[in-house]
Amino acid sequence: MAAVKLIGSPISPFVLRTMIALSLKKVEYELLPEKLGEKSELLLKSNPVYKKIPVLIHHDRPICESAVIVEYIDQVWPESGYGAILPADAYHRALHRFWTFYVDDKLFPSLVAIGKAETEEAKAEAVEQFRAGLRLLEEAFVKLSEGKAFFGGDQVGFLDVMLGCFVVWIEAMEEVLSLELLEEATMPALHGWVVSFRAHEAVKEVMPESGKVVEFFKMIRAMRMKAAADATN
Amino acid sequence: MAEAEQVKVLRFWASPWSFRVELALKLKGVPHEKVEEDLANKSPLLLASNPIHKKIPVLLHNGKAIPESLIILEYIDETWTDNPILPKAPHERGMARFWSRFIDDKCVGACWMSCWTEGETQQMFMEQARACLRILDDELGGRRFFGGESIGLVDISASFFALWLGVLQEVAGISLINGEEFPNLCRWIEGFVASDVVTECLPPRDKLLAVFQSKKQAILATKSMVY
Repeated sequence: MAAVKLIGSPISPFVLRTMIALSLKKVEYELLPEKLGEKSELLLKSNPVYKKIPVLIHHDRPICESAVIVEYIDQVWPESGYGAILPADAYHRALHRFWTFYVDDKLFPSLVAIGKAETEEAKAEAVEQFRAGLRLLEEAFVKLSEGKAFFGGDQVGFLDVMLGCFVVWIEAMEEVLSLELLEEATMPALHGWVVSFRAHEAVKEVMPESGKVVEFFKMIRAMRMKAAADATN
Repeated sequence: MAEAEQVKVLRFWASPWSFRVELALKLKGVPHEKVEEDLANKSPLLLASNPIHKKIPVLLHNGKAIPESLIILEYIDETWTDNPILPKAPHERGMARFWSRFIDDKCVGACWMSCWTEGETQQMFMEQARACLRILDDELGGRRFFGGESIGLVDISASFFALWLGVLQEVAGISLINGEEFPNLCRWIEGFVASDVVTECLPPRDKLLAVFQSKKQAILATKSMVY
């Protein structure tokens, strides 16, 4: 019986976050993917409030919400693998947490809005909102990285994990929708960061293949368009 | 310890979010300066300290600006380690964070919207609010505080229910939190507001009531202007 289990699969950026954290710590775990469209008994029992993945189960005790899980992982395995994920001092921890809130509350919803947009105008607006958010993160990166490769400096840190999980989705959406979201011209630092992040051993270990994410995105888009068409008939 | 620690809170007297920060500082015995903001005319200091959201509360500690109440609470707990507000053990710590986020992401919004909407929309929000309150009531169970024997992160996060919700209900003429459906929460409210530290920090109920009543009047006036 694995001491550490994770419900979910890496196609979900929130599950990917926790997998990156576990990979950075070199913690072994059992991955328990859910079937699309169905929620397992274990998931419903472990996360009765939200009924969502990811859920980390450690010694039979569940922890829910990706940001909470990553902080938990960092606290339980402080020195393992690549070491600490959260910064050492309280102020930098606050900054990483602040930008994580921003990513979750503002940036991610605007990314979703791009995928869901039904008109060209709606899409253009969502794209601009998303890019505006990324430009703020570009500035934050310059300040927090202090010239190093990651938001965490020399090491992959909390914000790297919390934002980096969306990289493969951003790229998939750029390909399918023929857009540039992470513009090299206006976001050169973030562009460099993506390269460093993707190259990190712990990240490479768990990052889903771009092709799989592209196919998945095309599939859910098709499902959504069909549902919309059915609804109007 | 630092020689001349400068701790300021950019706050608004009626805000439950700046109350959280002040309560935490008070619980830890941290001397601080309260800087009252006029939300209709935000100060250059606020705009510079929280350029992204331009909102209170902001904690200024020796010139470092920390916004977002839950993030401030964690910063306070990590910086002034007496009377901890977060549990030490990882699972309990994680659960405290989980419940604080639940309160902010689901509960407060549903309760707030229940009080400012009408008709079917109001019914929908009230159902959501009740579902949230039920979950919190179950989670609290027979414990004195969410933090156990002493006020912790979740209690501080839940302070909205201890005063603001009651006032809003009165203004809206609805009943959300009641002793019959939510006995644990009601008992918690009594215990929470009876604490000296909490009483010192809470804004006066009658002033709060007046502010929300005039807000309600303003909303009704705008509606009648449509016709």
